[in-house]
Amino acid sequence: MDGPNLFRSEQLSGWGRFPVERANLYRPERGAEVGRILTTAADPTYISRGLGRSYGDAALNREAGVISHVRLNRFLGFDANTGILECEAGLSFAEIIQVFLPRGYFLPVTPGTKYVTVGGAIASDVHGKNHHRDGTFGRFLVDFRLQIASGEVLVCSPEQNRDVFWATVGGMGLTGAILSARFRLVPVESAYVEADYQKAPDLDAALAAFAGSDEGYRYSMAWIDCLASGRSLGRSVLMRGNDAPRERVRAPDRDPLAPPAKRALSVPFDAPSALLNRFSIRAFNGLYYSSHRDATGRLVDFDSFFYPLDSVGHWNRLYGKRGFVQYQVAFPPQTAEGGLRALLERLSGTRRASFLAVLKRFGPANEGLLSFPFEGYTLALDLPGASGIEEFVRTLDDLVLRYGGRVYLAKDAVLSPESFAAMYPRAQEFVRIKRRLDPEGRISSSLARRIGLAG
Amino acid sequence: MNVGAPPVRPGKAGGVVLVLGATSGIMRAVAHELARHGHDLVLTGRDRAETETLAADLRIRYGVRTRARQLDALAFETHAREIEDCIDDAEGQLAGAVLGIGYLGEHARAQQDSLEARRIVDTNLTACITLLTPLANHLEANGRGFLCVLSSVAGDRGRQSNYVYGAAKAGLSAYLSGLRNRLHHSGVQVTTVLPGFVDTAMTYGKEGMFLVAPPERIARGIVRAVDRRRDVVYLPGFWRGIMLVIRSIPEALFKRLRL
Repeated sequence: MDGPNLFRSEQLSGWGRFPVERANLYRPERGAEVGRILTTAADPTYISRGLGRSYGDAALNREAGVISHVRLNRFLGFDANTGILECEAGLSFAEIIQVFLPRGYFLPVTPGTKYVTVGGAIASDVHGKNHHRDGTFGRFLVDFRLQIASGEVLVCSPEQNRDVFWATVGGMGLTGAILSARFRLVPVESAYVEADYQKAPDLDAALAAFAGSDEGYRYSMAWIDCLASGRSLGRSVLMRGNDAPRERVRAPDRDPLAPPAKRALSVPFDAPSALLNRFSIRAFNGLYYSSHRDATGRLVDFDSFFYPLDSVGHWNRLYGKRGFVQYQVAFPPQTAEGGLRALLERLSGTRRASFLAVLKRFGPANEGLLSFPFEGYTLALDLPGASGIEEFVRTLDDLVLRYGGRVYLAKDAVLSPESFAAMYPRAQEFVRIKRRLDPEGRISSSLARRIGLAG
Repeated sequence: MNVGAPPVRPGKAGGVVLVLGATSGIMRAVAHELARHGHDLVLTGRDRAETETLAADLRIRYGVRTRARQLDALAFETHAREIEDCIDDAEGQLAGAVLGIGYLGEHARAQQDSLEARRIVDTNLTACITLLTPLANHLEANGRGFLCVLSSVAGDRGRQSNYVYGAAKAGLSAYLSGLRNRLHHSGVQVTTVLPGFVDTAMTYGKEGMFLVAPPERIARGIVRAVDRRRDVVYLPGFWRGIMLVIRSIPEALFKRLRL
């Protein structure tokens, strides 16, 4: 009430805990305070931050302002006729699920954690296991309110302020602060997915399975063993499914929309850096693959299916104090097989083992100038933050570029401005719009400065 | 991350609760906790847009009925009328009220500028009394209900760093003690809440904060105190011990300390 412009100097990082940087963290509690902070301009620049689940430096702003939206998390309205929800940008997917799943609605698109905010989901234009069918979160947006550097609030939709809309969807928060949004929830009959599990002994088999039968599933992804090499290169477990109908949940005493509560685990402190090494990770990956059996029609609750890692709080601490780099790339269909093979060969031949890796088929791109997904395949993996990690990732970036691929900015911590420009051909259009909205470059982030988007 | 607890089973709690000063960090959490327990709410706040936003949020989250009213704590002459309107909004179902109207102000300024000092006293003491007067009379006439009011540990002893705020809160605590004495005989419970430092905009980024508690924890304590018809509660509870020590320091020694 008394301190809208008070901040705390804090060491911040993304979910990968690399890099760590000091910033002035503001935490407004009233909607009108965001504009006051932006226009008071006590700091040279500002970037908005939600729950800090982007992995790298997208929500960091070294020695400048970071505006946390976590207390601007109010539901504003819901229309049961259309399923359109209006809320502030700081509201988390977890809260939306808690309130709306029991009423028979689910998020139209969700990433692999529910601890993201609506604002972050727009800024990263997040995708989920249903991208091949439904596209990104941006596709389900009706409109949003964007506060630009001058303090002016623009209502943006695919019809109104169309260019600002598509610069902001996937725009990493660099067009301004998203205050609130309206988007469609989708009706569901249960809180479960009917899932099929299918092992693929190598990359060809995995890609063939995706290409052959993906259209039969609303949700589709594969866990991939990045350490397997030779004939087993790219061996995977495909996990695909559809929303389970009400009658499929056979428990007379159970509400199909209320799955059993789970015990929450948490990693209480940083693991010793030696814990996750190439031996333990190889063992885990081997065990994971061999322990899976093909199965069809298995009923899996939404938490286990969409958010397996959310049940382990602070799982990022498993990588120790050095943190890790999440690396996610997309390749177009023509070069996907060659690109994935080259990338997997590079990874399986290195000591930089990845604990968890995910392969997924993408559907067509949208009009977002910096939106990551495009038609083809995407691979996401963790690389422990050992020394030399930045140089190693840059060599991966070069490889990805050769195959016409790109990396996901929400996960990136390393990309160079040259590689970024080559991967995102519409970046110049984005910069033109950003300059128009923010001529003095007051909205910025460590990511923006690193890849040349600071304006 | 704290997602907040799910709604408790409906039907447990009944009645409309009036939440005065609903948009502060603590009171927002109190309104959530009351709605989670199934109470319909009448919310007042100085900032109309914020109060309406909170009302919509609680309605959607918990499926309770909420109504937002704009109320200026410093417009004393409107208070009797406003309270009457709030009581009307409750449609005869008023269970009680939680009042959390406060202004920490800037003590350094209040030492120089007597109008700032007056604003601190007016908000933390005078406004509370002018709002509680008609409310207390209404509940007394009904012969039931509760009043739960947020005072502060700062009122337990004047310190050089915030004694104007402390003086107002000390006055409020004394007022509540007397009101409790009076209303006890007609079955109305008066609860005095003495929060320590709470992690809200009032304390965020300020120096000298320690043992800062999350507002959700304080809110659970407040609703529990109302349920159990407590007289005076420190929240979190350990502040009772801290204030016992601070109150017991002899004045001759206390005046030498820098607190």
